[in-house]
Amino acid sequence: MTVRNSTIFVEPDGFFTRLWKRVKRIGPWTVIGLFALGVLFWGGFNWAFELTNTESFCISCHEMQENVFKEYRHTIHYTNRSGVRATCPDCHVPKAWGPKIIRKIQASNEVLHKVLGSIDTPEKFEAKRPRLAEHEWARMKANDSQECRNCHNYQYMDFTEQGRRAVATHSVAFSEGATCIDCHKGIAHQLPPIEQEIGAPKPDAAKVN
Amino acid sequence: MALIRRSILLVAFLALAGGAFAQEAAPPQPIRGPTPIPETNPSEAFKYDRSDRPIPRNFPQHPPIIPHNIKGYQITKNVNMCMSCHAKTRAPTTGATPVGRSHYLDRDGKELANISARRYFCLQCHVPQFNADPLVANTFRGPTK
Repeated sequence: MTVRNSTIFVEPDGFFTRLWKRVKRIGPWTVIGLFALGVLFWGGFNWAFELTNTESFCISCHEMQENVFKEYRHTIHYTNRSGVRATCPDCHVPKAWGPKIIRKIQASNEVLHKVLGSIDTPEKFEAKRPRLAEHEWARMKANDSQECRNCHNYQYMDFTEQGRRAVATHSVAFSEGATCIDCHKGIAHQLPPIEQEIGAPKPDAAKVN
Repeated sequence: MALIRRSILLVAFLALAGGAFAQEAAPPQPIRGPTPIPETNPSEAFKYDRSDRPIPRNFPQHPPIIPHNIKGYQITKNVNMCMSCHAKTRAPTTGATPVGRSHYLDRDGKELANISARRYFCLQCHVPQFNADPLVANTFRGPTK
């Protein structure tokens, strides 16, 4: 009578013992090889992934190069006294891994519209600008302007170094729970039409807040 | 022999005349400097006045001038960013100088909700100030000064 296949009478092995048995079964070199492959795969994936998170990747499409990038070149996030920059992905792609993956999956819709040519002329882009801006404002409002706050940390703002207008507005706005994008719209790109009741009505105006 | 001497003189004269002509064609020294006309002189690095306090006017009807940085403030077909603080409805909360009543009147004298489209381009009259020295001395003294 054999008890080899019965677990009733045999003391169960510990985790490391079982692991070691499995390693012995498939061979230690196979295990080391698999581990190295895993490192290579993850490194390669991450490398390719981060390549799509660069300014040069973004403006490799003329839709970005000819519209939003040209406007951005006149702003303080492109060029400034100290040379510290915020490029496209710094504002438009979250830094944390989970939200970043989610945003990149959403971006497949942008690839679709690249293929469809939805904004492939400045005129088409201008027509879509109110909707595109609304989407980006809503995204930043939802995550409490996280991409602004990656650099502009309210906790470390020295109000004595800010201008009179900035101090007055910031101290009130922050205590009221406002977020950066509530006021700082159009800091890196041209604004869409906004209804200000000046002159003719703007039927296609973007909704502000 | 005389012919040779005469031709040497002639060559010398021509050389002198040519030299004089070349001197005449030397480039003039214009006030704008040696930069050719199609090009633009590089400007000096001026800084905005950022005193953030109203600058006194020099005479009645003087458009108030801008005591703050306006870099990147858009006045486009889509939006007039000045009015997001200086509109009379916004000024009490933002602390900005409210736009005068005259700017809210259309050409028939009817008061509008926001400034008249005739007044859209603020920078035609209201200008920012820079730390530049005046190019020409000015002795103007306004009646309010």
